[in-house]
Amino acid sequence: MTMAAAAEKRAHDANLDHLKRRQTLTVGWVLIALAIVVALVFGVESGGNATFRLATRTDAFPMPNLAIPAAPYAYVIAVVLAFLGARQFVRGAAKTSSLFFGIGLLLTVTAFLVWATAGKEFSLTGMLQATVIRAVPIALGGLVGTLCERVAVVNIGIEGMLLSGAFTGSIIASVLTPLLGAALGGTAGLIAAIAIGGLMGLLLGALVITFRVDQIIAGVAINLFVLGLTSYVTSQVLTTHHELNNAPIFPAWNIPFLSGIPVIGPMFFQQNLFVYGAAILIASSTYYLFHTRMGLRARAVGEHPEAADTLGINVYRVRYINVMIGGMVAGFAGAWFTLGSVGRFDMNMTNGRGFIGLAAMIFGRWHPVGALAAALVFGFADALQQKLAIVQTPIPSEFLAMAPYIATIVLVAGIVGRARAPAADGKPYVKE
Amino acid sequence: MSEYIKQETVTEQETKLARPSAAGFDVEQLVIVPVLSVVVAMLLGGVVMLLTGVDFTRIGQAYTALFLGAFGSISAISETLTAAAPVTLAALGVALGFRAGLFNIGAEGQMIVGGLASVYVGFAVTGLPIFIHLPLALLTGAVAGALWGALPGWLKAATGAHEVITTIMLNLVAMQLTTYLLRTPLMQRPGRTDAISQNVLPTAQLPKLLDWIDPTLRLNAGILVALAMVGILYWLLFRTTVGFEFRAAGLNPSAARYAGMRSSLITVVVMALAGALAGLAGANQILGVLGRATIGFTAGAGFNGIAVALLGRSHPVGVLLAGILFGALEAGGRQMQVAAGVRIDLISIIQALIIIFVAAPLLMRAAFPWAFRKNLKARG
Repeated sequence: MTMAAAAEKRAHDANLDHLKRRQTLTVGWVLIALAIVVALVFGVESGGNATFRLATRTDAFPMPNLAIPAAPYAYVIAVVLAFLGARQFVRGAAKTSSLFFGIGLLLTVTAFLVWATAGKEFSLTGMLQATVIRAVPIALGGLVGTLCERVAVVNIGIEGMLLSGAFTGSIIASVLTPLLGAALGGTAGLIAAIAIGGLMGLLLGALVITFRVDQIIAGVAINLFVLGLTSYVTSQVLTTHHELNNAPIFPAWNIPFLSGIPVIGPMFFQQNLFVYGAAILIASSTYYLFHTRMGLRARAVGEHPEAADTLGINVYRVRYINVMIGGMVAGFAGAWFTLGSVGRFDMNMTNGRGFIGLAAMIFGRWHPVGALAAALVFGFADALQQKLAIVQTPIPSEFLAMAPYIATIVLVAGIVGRARAPAADGKPYVKE
Repeated sequence: MSEYIKQETVTEQETKLARPSAAGFDVEQLVIVPVLSVVVAMLLGGVVMLLTGVDFTRIGQAYTALFLGAFGSISAISETLTAAAPVTLAALGVALGFRAGLFNIGAEGQMIVGGLASVYVGFAVTGLPIFIHLPLALLTGAVAGALWGALPGWLKAATGAHEVITTIMLNLVAMQLTTYLLRTPLMQRPGRTDAISQNVLPTAQLPKLLDWIDPTLRLNAGILVALAMVGILYWLLFRTTVGFEFRAAGLNPSAARYAGMRSSLITVVVMALAGALAGLAGANQILGVLGRATIGFTAGAGFNGIAVALLGRSHPVGVLLAGILFGALEAGGRQMQVAAGVRIDLISIIQALIIIFVAAPLLMRAAFPWAFRKNLKARG
């Protein structure tokens, strides 16, 4: 038994080494290919300066525009990329290949941005601000997935949970605003959204923990159920009763002093409740999962429920609590769609953000901060696409829209050392 | 140690319980639970209607229209089967993935790509007789879907990239690709500015099956393609060595590897076949129903395919029955919206509830103890 296990481990390690070596070489070739593209496409075809506006009206002190000569910049980036690519062929490069791959992609994106804005001007600060806003529901979606999967409950139903929060938030806030005023009505809507999210978590928990429904089936069913219910009520009732779907929007709160810092201020300190809330939730969840006794227990339940049970941890209760917290986070994130941006519920308005959140979770290796980083990448691409549609580039906007998805595939495939889910992920636990 | 292994196996079985079904015929699992589920889901659908201000008479009208619109006439049955064909095909692809332990969320994208490829062959290739042109268009759709499906399979086998992420991303890429391609001169109908393709030539259209009764009946040979695929998939999964290897890889990947099966190859092949089935679903929608491609031509059949595969427990015959149920609900739902003024979105609620109840036999047993044999708790 042990010999077989050792042999398997050796074979596995050898296999992994082989994979890593091959991937390092692939990364090298990809980087060199990118260098050629950057030099030939972005370098040859661009003229003049790309001007990025950094200043906004609220800045405490003036910021000059960032003007970059487009063609020289592309050539510099191409040389750096070629160097990074060539470096992959040196012995011992495997350790840092993922890092350099990430840096290489980032540089390519900046070269692209300079090429697209060459001879024009656009607000970089505005785009970065939009990046943060658009990352919120995705990062929170990833956090929901992390909270659930760390206790071994796969949550495919994030999308539906987001939608339920968006819907409930809008309706409750719309009904209560005439009675209580916008501030209290909005808050009531937010609380209702969080509560309905918690209920959705409880529903998922009951289905998969108590009734041992297949976790993926339960999640798919929750998505379908919430999409059906909210679409039905929207088309059957809300189209004729507009007063039920006219919610206030949480205003941006400027943090004193910090909001005046150029670039950083508009990005992080002139946002509304949802951005600050997301930051707090991600920080506190990281602390909870990795620095508290409760978090350790939760992770134990996700990795080895039998062992956790033997140590006296109530596996079912830990799972219920985490899934419900996850649901509440999803309800909060859902309210972003209505109370945090447009003040109105539309059918299927989450539009796959929950699934992208799921991708962000896996991409971020089941860690809240990792999910946030992945969400920022998605948010950046989203904001970039919008801004570039205004600047007008020769590339069709559909391809810009695809870019983050393709980049995700490339990154997920390129990251060496496979991301590992919690060991008991997706398995129901049956107490003896 | 052996204690632990035993427990692990039990858990493993529990996990798989709801998806691939057991071989034998179990009346409770295969008849009582589904029938009760449909009834309870319809009752709860009625409650939802009551809560949104629909009175009892209209609920009665709505359900009558739902039933009549699904099975009440030849035209209703034609509509039901027309709606069932693409969703069944897409679901077969998802089910094949489940059998091999792969969660293919990408049926929607594979369906889109298959549909786009078949519409192109359908209008751009001219001068062929129907018995060459139609199979060619179908085959192109299947191959395009297969390539779109094989890509995440290959990425998983080569780099370990999780198929859930890659297939979600490829869905989104496929959607953007549709918006782009339908506006290029390659695809766009001359004289139009919106995203719509040229019309498929008559030689590439799936022939109507019932137009000798009434020319308006839309039922086409796509349902025959779906039935054929049900048969082929059943044979492949349960009667061939390859199918055995697929299922073994799904039930216990390590054991399959130790038995000498090439798990990487299986992953790629299964994803390619799943993509081919979804691609056929897209081709069926284009060549049989619409005759052209627009944005959203799949009508979400790829996503519904996931639900149908789960409901059919990843068994080809179960998938067919679940596909017909979904087709019936869709066809009946349209009638319900027209006749009783209840929006068709109610159908999604009923579908979701049916899935939940079918997947939770323990829940049904707790709610309706009189419908089940008593000693089953031990087996549960």
